Amino acid sequence: MGDGSRAGGETHDRAGNPRHGRDGEAVRAAAEVGRAAIDALVPRMTEICGPDGVLTDPAQLATYECDGLTSHRCSPGLVVLPTTAEQVAAIVTACARAKIPFVARGSGTGLSGGALPRGDGVLVVTSKMRRVIAIDRESRRAIVEPGVTNLAVSKAAEPYGLFYAPDPSSQVVCSVGGNVAENSGGAHCLKHGFTVHHVTGLEVVTPDGELTWLGDGTGAAPGYDLVGAFVGSEGTLGIATKIIVKLTRIPEAVTTLLAAFRTMGAGGAAVSAIIGSGILPAAIEMMDALAIEAAEAAVACRYPEGAGAVLIVELDGPAGDTARETAAVRAICEKEGAYEIRAAHDAAERTAIWTGRKSAFAAVGRISPAYIVQDGVVPRTALPEVLDRIAELSAASGIRVANVFHAGDGNLHPLVLFDDAKPGAEQAAEEVSGAILDLCISHGGSITGEHGVGADKSKYMPKMFGPGDLDTMQLLRCAFDPAGLCNPGKIFPTPRLCGEVPGVRREPHPLVAAGTVDQF
Amino acid sequence: MTAGSIPGALAQACADVSEAGPGDEVAGVAPRFVARPAGVTEAAAVLAAASSLGMTAVPRGSGTRLAWGSPPASCDLVIDTLRMNRVLEHAAGDLVVRAQAGVGLDQLAAVLAEAGQRLALDPPGLTHPDGAGAGTIGGVLATGAAGPLRLRYGTPRDLAIGITVVRADGTVAKSGGKVVKNVAGYDLGKLFAGSYGTLGLIAEAAFRLHPQPAAASFVTLDAADPDEARAAVAAAAGSPLAPSAVELDRPARGEPFRVGVLLEGDAAGVAERTVAMTGLLGSGSVAPDPPAWWGGGAAAAADGTLIRIAFWAAELAGVLRAVDAAAAAAGLDPAVGGSAAAGVLYAAVAEGAPASAVAQFVTDLRAAMGSGGSPLAGGPPQRGSAVVLRAPAGVRAAVDLWGPASGLRLMRAIKDQFDPEHRLAPGRFTGGI
Repeated sequence: MGDGSRAGGETHDRAGNPRHGRDGEAVRAAAEVGRAAIDALVPRMTEICGPDGVLTDPAQLATYECDGLTSHRCSPGLVVLPTTAEQVAAIVTACARAKIPFVARGSGTGLSGGALPRGDGVLVVTSKMRRVIAIDRESRRAIVEPGVTNLAVSKAAEPYGLFYAPDPSSQVVCSVGGNVAENSGGAHCLKHGFTVHHVTGLEVVTPDGELTWLGDGTGAAPGYDLVGAFVGSEGTLGIATKIIVKLTRIPEAVTTLLAAFRTMGAGGAAVSAIIGSGILPAAIEMMDALAIEAAEAAVACRYPEGAGAVLIVELDGPAGDTARETAAVRAICEKEGAYEIRAAHDAAERTAIWTGRKSAFAAVGRISPAYIVQDGVVPRTALPEVLDRIAELSAASGIRVANVFHAGDGNLHPLVLFDDAKPGAEQAAEEVSGAILDLCISHGGSITGEHGVGADKSKYMPKMFGPGDLDTMQLLRCAFDPAGLCNPGKIFPTPRLCGEVPGVRREPHPLVAAGTVDQF
Repeated sequence: MTAGSIPGALAQACADVSEAGPGDEVAGVAPRFVARPAGVTEAAAVLAAASSLGMTAVPRGSGTRLAWGSPPASCDLVIDTLRMNRVLEHAAGDLVVRAQAGVGLDQLAAVLAEAGQRLALDPPGLTHPDGAGAGTIGGVLATGAAGPLRLRYGTPRDLAIGITVVRADGTVAKSGGKVVKNVAGYDLGKLFAGSYGTLGLIAEAAFRLHPQPAAASFVTLDAADPDEARAAVAAAAGSPLAPSAVELDRPARGEPFRVGVLLEGDAAGVAERTVAMTGLLGSGSVAPDPPAWWGGGAAAAADGTLIRIAFWAAELAGVLRAVDAAAAAAGLDPAVGGSAAAGVLYAAVAEGAPASAVAQFVTDLRAAMGSGGSPLAGGPPQRGSAVVLRAPAGVRAAVDLWGPASGLRLMRAIKDQFDPEHRLAPGRFTGGI
């Protein structure tokens, strides 16, 4: 271990702690010990990644202090930018030996703080590993590196008549490795499924540094479904270095309808009627008046005037089926009170319809200085009641809530608006936001449909799961990461002790022995 | 036998415990007792009692696939789920169902049909006219069994959205829930799907449902050799006609391959796509009902050795040739068939075949699947796998049923965490887990 007196070492010792972290002498002392341990790793990391692949300058480190959830910030102790799987394995091995926590990060677009760095740890950024390695048209598979963007996979597959189905809104920039960690969805997962339905093999570096394959690409490998266990584990079971994804035939036809309703109730009734008719659209999205107002202000999407709700329904599939389904959906919307319906039949028209929806999150910046996005899910049939209750919560608290959501699968994205310059406003918004999650849980839903638990929602996990549930989930964690070094502090509010770790130093940590800190 | 021989802790835990009898064997291993808990609470008490008594235990549904996997190293207790047979909640408007593990797939299908819905799982047995014999939802999950619809809808792990399990020590745990879109916490349903009872008892599960299609059409044609078969399968699967299944079947060497394509949807769409599919394949006969071999054939063989071969779909012709080469060398003539476009085939060797020949066949097949690595550069070391799902005792003794598996160290670590005393279905799984 280094002694922290190495040249340059002192320039890092203001590395940030998690914003909500405890403060105090013991923590600071521990952080300084962590700092020294990280400094001692720098030469080895430089050997592995080369000087360009290791960032130690505080200004550079600070650019990685948060992911897409900017309310949680922590400057990483060290950033490494590997270019190969072998480098990732060497990095993780070095961290495991030194007992330094590490966090993987792709493009940093996550919305739950899943890639929130550790001030006492190493951030492993996969953005230099961005090759689409190979595509097998007939098997409908691609092998890609984790840093490749979601959309780049579909672009590479397009000449073969194929695409990669999961399409999170951030698909232009988000990485497939990040999608694997979060089990990302997207507007079209209603029909096409989530990341976990489209990954058949993973080369991973386990938390002790072993480079190994989970699954073999067939989707039917013998043994436990380690791929299924890994996808959605939010970076806590290892780091994916290669990903085998399923590719899907590009549909023959795609039609997009925009239907405007006077009320949310009417729009919601249309959603239920569409699903009830046996049609499974690729996507059903809904926005309320406040979200529409924001989108108009930001991108002038020119949705029908006077709409209390707009519904975007996209259908894809064989041409004849899609045409008939489109007609049926149109008829249902009219019956449920749609006063204007627009249809897109080509890419340009489709983009015009989607512009408002896709810009909605960013657009609320036009009508509110700050906002919190939630990601709760309710059974689709509970949507009308839950939306009414959200409106009541909003009215009672004076906190405005804009609703943008994946209506087809009951995944709400309420945007809770507040003015961060006003004292107490953030607190009030957080209370409304928490009450919305309580609503989701009480209706048999989930606290997160696609953004993940991360650092942000772990405190809500005990509301959804009992101690036995959380304990059992963490058995999986203990199997992969008994030392608890791989993205620690995410998902679970209370880490489980994994018992004795085979092959790990048995004597107590020097600080414990010296009585400086308690280990647990 | 008297009830007095049943350990008190077990009798106290469950109202329905009996001495095991003929027919209770698990892959040839005779248990001592059978407990039939009526629900998750009683199941938890049974497992806690088994834990306190140090008993090994094997879960059982209707026993459809109980012979799958290696024989347990020990089996004191069978935990029978057939009394856990309630459909707990069918939220038709949400296209979701929750049910206890002992609910039969046929029983579930009847409930769902009333709302015009289905669970899109059709393991062998369900597509047969009486619909029985497909097994329970717990058993289907535990074995990961799937049929032709896997091409479009995947396997049990893809459709399960929530699961309640009982651990070896009696702890009840759930993951997921009853909404389709949910990423809160680890998805234990994926881990338990295909785990053969080695991690815990599956007590309840929730599934995503789909609308029952209004119409179906089967386009079938013969293919003379592996290359023709591959061309037909690839054309159907790669088409924009959205087939729900693309199956292959050959009952014996020397006979042609039969390729079948299932198209589903509204009547007009199915009619249009059937014409288009027939045109695409260049020939083929059309019927509204499945051919006799559909979802059956090799995969549904009632006895003998059943082998599941998983591969990359583009390798179909090579795999079929490898099967023939290995079979010819071993002097066997297995039936071959399955979900060719999804990269899964079954080979069924008749009951009377010499064990050494079957073992040689499996070994040669694995060598072919393992050689040369993935079809794609940079891929995993194995091209695919050949797992013996079920075999007569002689064959079980002569060959490792599971073959190589990557990630075995992690699998063992998972087993050690979930069942540290190795009391649940010990030795039934990959790598002796």
